Amino acid sequence: MGLLSDPNRRRALISLLTRLNTPICLVCYMAGVAWFMGLAFEPFTLRTYMSENAMGSTMVEERFPAGERALATGREFAAHKKKVGGMPVDWLVKTMQARGLEVFTQSFSRTLPFPDENKERYMVKGTNVYGILRAPRAPRTEALVLSAPCSPGDNNQAVGLLLGLAQYFRNQIYWAKDIIFLVNEHDLIGMQAWLEGYHHTNTTGMDWSPLQGRGGSIQAALSLELSSDVITSLDLVLEGLNGQLPNLDLANLFYAFCQKIGVLCTIQGKLQRNDWDSVSGYSHAVQTMMLMVMKQASGRPWGDHGLFLRYHIEAATIKGINSFRQYKTDATTIGRLLEGMYRKLNNLLERLHQSYFFYLMPSLSHFVSIGYYMPAFGLLTVILLLRETHIFTGRYLSIYSACIGNSPLLIKYVSSQQSSPGVLSVLTPLVISHLTGVALYTLPIRFQEMAVEHFPVSETEAVVLTAIAVYTAGLALPHNTHRFLSGEGTEQGWRVLKLVAVLYLAVLLGCTALINFSLGFILALTLVPVAAFVTPHIPKVLSAFILVILSPACTLLFSVFFFQELQEMPVSFQDGWLLYLSVISQGILDHFLYGSLVYPLIALLVYPCWLLFWNILFWK
Amino acid sequence: MAAPLTLLLLVAVTIRAALFRSSLSELIAERVEVVSPLTAWKRVIEGLALLDLGVSPYSGDVFHETPLIIYLFHFVVDYAEITFMLADVITAVALYLAVKDYNKQVFRKQKFALEADRYPLDCLELIRSPKEMYYIPLKVAMFYLLNPFTILSCVAKSTCGLNNAVIALFILSTIKGNVLLSAIFLSLATYQSIYPLTLCAPALLYLMQRQYIPVNFRRASFWWFIVQYAFMYLGSLFVIICLSFFLLGSWDYLPSVYGFILSVPDLTPNIGLFWYFFAEMFEHFRLFFLCVFQINVFFYTIPLSIKLKEHPVFLIFMQLAVISIFKSYPTVGDIALYLAFLPVWSHLHRFLRNIFLVSCVLLACSALFPVLWHLWIYAGSANSNFYYAITLLFNVAQILLVSDYFYAFLRREHHLTYGLYLKRKDGSEATLVLK
Repeated sequence: MGLLSDPNRRRALISLLTRLNTPICLVCYMAGVAWFMGLAFEPFTLRTYMSENAMGSTMVEERFPAGERALATGREFAAHKKKVGGMPVDWLVKTMQARGLEVFTQSFSRTLPFPDENKERYMVKGTNVYGILRAPRAPRTEALVLSAPCSPGDNNQAVGLLLGLAQYFRNQIYWAKDIIFLVNEHDLIGMQAWLEGYHHTNTTGMDWSPLQGRGGSIQAALSLELSSDVITSLDLVLEGLNGQLPNLDLANLFYAFCQKIGVLCTIQGKLQRNDWDSVSGYSHAVQTMMLMVMKQASGRPWGDHGLFLRYHIEAATIKGINSFRQYKTDATTIGRLLEGMYRKLNNLLERLHQSYFFYLMPSLSHFVSIGYYMPAFGLLTVILLLRETHIFTGRYLSIYSACIGNSPLLIKYVSSQQSSPGVLSVLTPLVISHLTGVALYTLPIRFQEMAVEHFPVSETEAVVLTAIAVYTAGLALPHNTHRFLSGEGTEQGWRVLKLVAVLYLAVLLGCTALINFSLGFILALTLVPVAAFVTPHIPKVLSAFILVILSPACTLLFSVFFFQELQEMPVSFQDGWLLYLSVISQGILDHFLYGSLVYPLIALLVYPCWLLFWNILFWK
Repeated sequence: MAAPLTLLLLVAVTIRAALFRSSLSELIAERVEVVSPLTAWKRVIEGLALLDLGVSPYSGDVFHETPLIIYLFHFVVDYAEITFMLADVITAVALYLAVKDYNKQVFRKQKFALEADRYPLDCLELIRSPKEMYYIPLKVAMFYLLNPFTILSCVAKSTCGLNNAVIALFILSTIKGNVLLSAIFLSLATYQSIYPLTLCAPALLYLMQRQYIPVNFRRASFWWFIVQYAFMYLGSLFVIICLSFFLLGSWDYLPSVYGFILSVPDLTPNIGLFWYFFAEMFEHFRLFFLCVFQINVFFYTIPLSIKLKEHPVFLIFMQLAVISIFKSYPTVGDIALYLAFLPVWSHLHRFLRNIFLVSCVLLACSALFPVLWHLWIYAGSANSNFYYAITLLFNVAQILLVSDYFYAFLRREHHLTYGLYLKRKDGSEATLVLK
């Protein structure tokens, strides 16, 4: 409290902060980035360890024998799929019933707001088939889910393995939780329909028939994707809707069984390396972590598990990868791995909650927890607070020192100067930039038909191009607005506006980083410099250029290229641009189909906030 | 001044009506920051249903509002939205009139003091001009009506809005000098939520000041006035309580309302300090800490009344803030009531020290409440500690805000007696330090 009440110390602190503001800000920015890059350095990370008691010490044996038979079932499934030209519902129902499960189907239909060109679908109709293995040893109040998407391409081996496991599990007596085997059509859309049906919710306006059979409350779920008979490694996908992650114990469980059974396991498709002290080892870890950050920031579900997380169910996707290495794993081994994982999950006494929910993984065996990565973000936000103090004291410094020091001259000076700028000069840009944001959010979908009529473009292109057009139009529009209502903008006016904008940005980034750290961090990396340097008195053309480069849309463009670079699939500018367009359309679709929040966040809050800074730059 | 006020009322009512019609209203009505177990509209509806079935609304553990409220809504349940909007309008108008009257008195007092040359010469710039005071009542009404906290509270149909209206009427009648009405409204406010009891100290001080009765324990007139006020207060309280009894036909409501407020059995998270603490505590310490926490609300009355006995209206502001911080089920509606008084003290701005920091913290916390709630309850990735941390920060910011205003007020009074530019004994400039 001494600092808050002792005037001398306060004055010293404030003058220090004002004098050294720019250097401190620069140092903070550097330190923030350096801290973030340091997170991938192995000595700074923690080894993963199993926190959950029920899964830690108990031993299970894996005895699943029927890998070959599972693959045969998979081939049979493929044949039927080809014959029906879609999901072979009848065959699946019959097969599951033959394996002793209670089988139910759920049909669903959904018309997308505009055609999805990546997956070539518009009016989606499909059926989910699921079988419930009732727990023989417990009151059936809890359940586990094993799902395999039935996609038009390959995922036959996964369905075969799922059916094989169902048959094998049926004959075991130790199940204390219902096990639900789900084959969902149209990947995430089917999964969404099934989950909404299971939980009696309807958040996205999809049509689905109610579920006829139900298990207990779902504790954990795994989604399986296999596309070849033998695989070289298993990849774990964790990132779910809105960047939500499952409890770290689920990853630990997977890792522990891969170690035990001797399967190569990867995360983000990257094997773990032991040479952390070499440059290439470190850059490998950075790459893995950055991939996770980019995927998490995108806010989309990266596997079918992604939608489970919304219902507070820990879930992950396991992908089989065949990369033509020497080391091969057959279906029996994968079956044993899954059996082991389910037996451990079966032992759970309560939901997975012991371990971390907020983490980044530079490799499968190491993680960075929230306490370690938040300071990187904190250092960036401190810049905003420092700038805020700077502007505030710039405006009120005289009052401050006057009040604190009782200096008579200053008080007189200040009282004569104290003409507060009109509320309107701040309110108008705020309202107008938000209206632009609302336009960016609503117009693309509204105007697609009109655009298709008048221009030679497809619906998807129409949506994306309208979005880009509104975005660009927003740059031209607002910087003239404050003059309409309040006449000439004053010197005080832009300071107040900047004060508001910086505070707005700080709160916005803080909230975003809490929900989705990666998104918050990436936005902070680009928007914090903007907020820090923009004033009306800097060279207009150059700073306008920098502002545009650092705007959310350009951030997305760079992220697309960076992501391709990280995946070691660099693209030319042309392809990158196309990819960029499809990423925008996917983002919009994700919002309307699954309720991903990234698109509304950017359109309704981040973009208007950035427009405020644009407005300050062109303040006259 | 009537035209801008009417315009303001129209704008406020339009915003509320629009929000009532939107899908947001259901969402808002579920927020723990906006409704408490005491004030939730859902519970009032439940109580009404029980009443209609001929069951005591207090059977079970759902309804905790007072009988008068439930009988009020028994008649106007179809017009609930209008009732809540009306309550907000009444509060705003009452505060407007009260502040207008108060400002007149302040100005008159200042004039007398100036004529009597009671102020030091260098204090002239601390003197308030009628020009700057002109818009204060309107600003007060605006701060109340357009405060997002009030709007949320009204749209959620939290009965907190009605309590605020009663307290505002109490303030109005006190400032107008009407002893009887003041006592009646104070007893109504006490009946509604107990805590406004502490407001009797400022009311007494103010009314005595107005009737030129010296605050002196040895004077008979002082005691006579207190007895008069207490008689009116207790009498009307007695009438209200008996009325409730006759309406309901049983004393069920006493434990269910006042026991509920005082013993805090419902630990639903809110923006207050009680829930986490009592959820974590061992059961056998509960009674002790309950007393400690509850005394907190009442305790500050004594030192504050002694320090601020010349300034009862500021004391009312302080008391309202203390109540809304330390009460057992606080909601944002309570905060809105004392925030409405901030424009009245706009002349203190030059002495405020942390207002910028505090307002940043308050803003950030208000944004973080729903985010952390989402992470805790829906995403399941955070836990109650996250939410409580923000609650704690929010309350610390409120306390800093109030104490800052307190300090600024005292400092201005100090300057008005001793001059603005204090000199040390050796003639150099002196600074005031709070240690």
